Amino acid sequence: MSDFSEELIRPTTEDEQGEPRAPSGTGMCFPWLQKHIETIATGGKQEKDFAQTTSACLSLIQEALLKHQWQRAAEYMHSYFQILEDSDSNKRQIAPEIIWRLGSEILYYHPKSSVETFNTFADRMKNIGVMNYLKISLQHALYLLHHGMLEDANRNLSQAETWRYGEKSSSQEVLINLIQAYKGLLQYYIWSKKKMELSQLDEDDYAYNTASQNMLNHSWKTSINLCALIQIPGVWDPFVKSYVEMLEFYGDQDGAREVLTNYAYDEKFPSNPNAHIYLYNFLKREKAPREKLISVLKILYQIVPSHKLMLEFHRLLRKSENEEHHKLGLEVLFGVLDFAGCTKNITAWKYLAKYLRQTLMGRHLAWVQEEWNSRKNWWPSFHFSYFRAKSDWKEDKALACEKALVAGLLLGKGCRYFRNISKQDHQVLKKKIKQIKKSVKKYSIVNPGL
Amino acid sequence: MDLEEAKEFKDRCSQCAAVSWGLTDEGKYYCTSCHNVTERSREVINTGAIPNTKIQAINRGLKRKRKLEKGWDWYVCEGFQHILYQQAKALQTLGVGPELKNEVLHNFWKRYLQKSKQAYCKNPVYTSRRKTTVLEDNPSHSDWDSEPELLSDLSCPSFVESGAESQPDVHTQKPFPIIKASQSETASVCSGSLDGVEYSLRKEKGIVKMTVPRTLAFCYLSLLWQRETITLADLLRFVEEEHIPYINAFQHFPEEMKLYGRDKGIFAIESWPNYEDIYKKVIEVATVLDLPRFPDITEDCYLHPNILCMKYLMEVNLPDEMHDLTCHVVKVTGMGEVDFLTFDPIAKKAKAVKYDVQAVAVIVVVLKLLFLLDDNLEWSLSNIAEKYNEKNEEDKPWFDFRKWYQVMKKAVDEKKQKWEEARAKYLWKSEKPLYHSAIDRSVVYKRREMVVSLQKQFSTLVGSTPTVEKQSPSSFQFSWTEEGGDRPCFHGHSLQGVLKQKGQSLMTKNSLYWLSTQKFCKSYCKHVTTYEESNFSLSYQFILNLFSFLLRIKTSLLHEEVSLIEKRLFKAKYSTTKKKSSRSRKARKC
Repeated sequence: MSDFSEELIRPTTEDEQGEPRAPSGTGMCFPWLQKHIETIATGGKQEKDFAQTTSACLSLIQEALLKHQWQRAAEYMHSYFQILEDSDSNKRQIAPEIIWRLGSEILYYHPKSSVETFNTFADRMKNIGVMNYLKISLQHALYLLHHGMLEDANRNLSQAETWRYGEKSSSQEVLINLIQAYKGLLQYYIWSKKKMELSQLDEDDYAYNTASQNMLNHSWKTSINLCALIQIPGVWDPFVKSYVEMLEFYGDQDGAREVLTNYAYDEKFPSNPNAHIYLYNFLKREKAPREKLISVLKILYQIVPSHKLMLEFHRLLRKSENEEHHKLGLEVLFGVLDFAGCTKNITAWKYLAKYLRQTLMGRHLAWVQEEWNSRKNWWPSFHFSYFRAKSDWKEDKALACEKALVAGLLLGKGCRYFRNISKQDHQVLKKKIKQIKKSVKKYSIVNPGL
Repeated sequence: MDLEEAKEFKDRCSQCAAVSWGLTDEGKYYCTSCHNVTERSREVINTGAIPNTKIQAINRGLKRKRKLEKGWDWYVCEGFQHILYQQAKALQTLGVGPELKNEVLHNFWKRYLQKSKQAYCKNPVYTSRRKTTVLEDNPSHSDWDSEPELLSDLSCPSFVESGAESQPDVHTQKPFPIIKASQSETASVCSGSLDGVEYSLRKEKGIVKMTVPRTLAFCYLSLLWQRETITLADLLRFVEEEHIPYINAFQHFPEEMKLYGRDKGIFAIESWPNYEDIYKKVIEVATVLDLPRFPDITEDCYLHPNILCMKYLMEVNLPDEMHDLTCHVVKVTGMGEVDFLTFDPIAKKAKAVKYDVQAVAVIVVVLKLLFLLDDNLEWSLSNIAEKYNEKNEEDKPWFDFRKWYQVMKKAVDEKKQKWEEARAKYLWKSEKPLYHSAIDRSVVYKRREMVVSLQKQFSTLVGSTPTVEKQSPSSFQFSWTEEGGDRPCFHGHSLQGVLKQKGQSLMTKNSLYWLSTQKFCKSYCKHVTTYEESNFSLSYQFILNLFSFLLRIKTSLLHEEVSLIEKRLFKAKYSTTKKKSSRSRKARKC
């Protein structure tokens, strides 16, 4: 089968979030090229009708899946199974995985399907060949989780965990780790339920002791299951989060810090904003020094400049004694407002308005100009158009005022946005607008005299 | 057979899912409701029941020894004989006369066995190839005629069903003295038939080895000899619609004829027959068999172009009046003459007429004569017809090409889609899986079991209506109803709009014509012309696609046939283009 058809199925397969997905080159694919290559590979010899009809059958299944015609897909699937008996051993070998993907998809959505049918199908597919056992076991478990059957899922994972077949290939080893980790995650779930129960119990209660003992037991098993996986480079957010929660609960702050630091800073791991967020939140809970927090958020700022933690970052920078940090604080605010999703964030505008004024009062005109230079040809139409002024005023007057001040400071009092807002006649905001006018007159970076 | 003893076996039957087992004489379980015999035998399941360990050991030992199934001794040619028999029987149920099976095909086959020196000759090929002396001394050789245990008459029902008096003839059919091929003992190269290994290795020149596609060549030759009303395209379509056994035909062999190893390569087939391929094989087989001139194809034969044209005109919903024109073209080109139509394998250059393709090509030529098919004239003629029909609702309507196109396009597209879907759903693999060697066997069987159980599971998800209902065999693929509705019928429409009276005779209004092929290929590549779709008008493409779908042939084949007819029709034109090769495509019709 061509890569293309795999790609087609992929987006719709469920329960895959936790799995590592190898980047597939540039992500481009040429189905016609694949076909072309295939005909060359067979030496121009005409392929048998068997091959022709089965590949036609495959595309009909895919078409039916895309159109959510589960019954039709099942009809074709019925015929497609014969690919398992293909005399071409290459095709025969890749067939189980294709069948599993398509079949599980059909069984997931088909109205006549049930958990039992899915189970039989999965058990059957696991045992065709050896290469798919773990993968299918894991997906089977995820399916069961989806249906709230935790115990069955757990049993499934335990079975898969102990499965061995000769020399494990390296890819299989990762899968075993992943299976163990999912098992750990399940145990974490039970643990946190127990924790909830515990919190409702009185410490002097007789049951308290057994419950806490129980919890301890679980956490120990879980940590064993989880820690193997998170050593391997990858994105393991849910696993790391639950692992850290348990470590913290039992007071192993150093262990937790180590895990998080490793997860965030190890260069072998793919760049992952969540890793830094977890670490930041952990350090915040730990009441770590400001310097430390700033250094963590600095990295997050480089990865996701529009993240909502950036406003918190700004506050930290503002409070810092370091002059450099003050400059960065301004940069961060501008950065946040570069993003379309943040254009109506009143806090960001409020911070910017206030901080701009403060910076200009502190005679750091150069900082402002540095930021403004790269934005002056697109911000006016992006943020400060006449249309924007009107709609902002209509929707949120406070926002409009903050923006007006910024516009005035950056573009001078001749700018449309500022003019429009300052002309507005409003009882309550009268005073505020007056203040804005004053500030603009005093601090605007545009010199009206020139 | 003890039902009590079979009670401890609780599995569901793989065929009918019932749990009701009996024991066969060999100790294997069989399903009492569908008579499916399992692979599992009793002692494997219930070893504890056998008191003596020694017996158990012997049992196992025997089992191991019989890794390869043992059935009757049979020869590859007997297998083909069986397939031919099945095919002939199927043809008979399709309405073909019994003589085809009992006389014609039987004789052809006997002749083949003789020509290929497999039987009916002094020195059959096997004896001559292996220690001849020993075998000629072998007393059994002289009287193998009377040996009763020879299986050819057991396994392969003879073609002749007339009873006892023909039996001696069947006995002479038994092809070879039995020599157990020693190769079959070696593990990797083996076969269920006695000579499967040897057969697949035979590569002598001049021998036409029997293959599954060649069985169809035999069938067609007999049909042609009998001048039956089945064309080659029909035959192949019936094969695809499973009215004639072809793919997995070996499934119908008697239980005791075991197939494995090399037999797989000989009898398993994974493609439907292809028109051109079978056509070639027909000529090849006829030449090898050294057949005499076939019975004459005269005007009252189904295969005569006049009758076939009528049939195809009806099939594609064209007016009956066009038949006069097709007859005229057939007459002018001389394609209706007996000598042209009759197949004569001994003639210098054996050439059979592709009756169906040719008839269809005649219709294409007539359509070109009437409508030019240049994506222009046919539409303006349609406008005229449409206006006329609006005004004269009472009269016989004029044939409107556009309307016809719309109706046909829809019908063909639907049919084609159904056809493609049915093909995609086709189940190729036989219930009896074939394996290459003993090592392979259990794997192959397990795989089959797996597929069957998966299929069973998914069949519950399929709607209650059977997915592919088997069509009853018919030489017509379309039906057109008289009254309007979805599929209006154009048979009664008149061609007045495109013809004009001139003196005594009718002339086509259109006086132009273009040739499908300007220059024929004269090199050694064997094809006379090529068909590059995009070089031709859309109407022409549509017509070719329509007809080639009907016959399940490649469009290029039909295009070639059209060009060949035009060559006969416009002889003069071709001789002038020879002199002045650069001429416009359009030629005046004489």
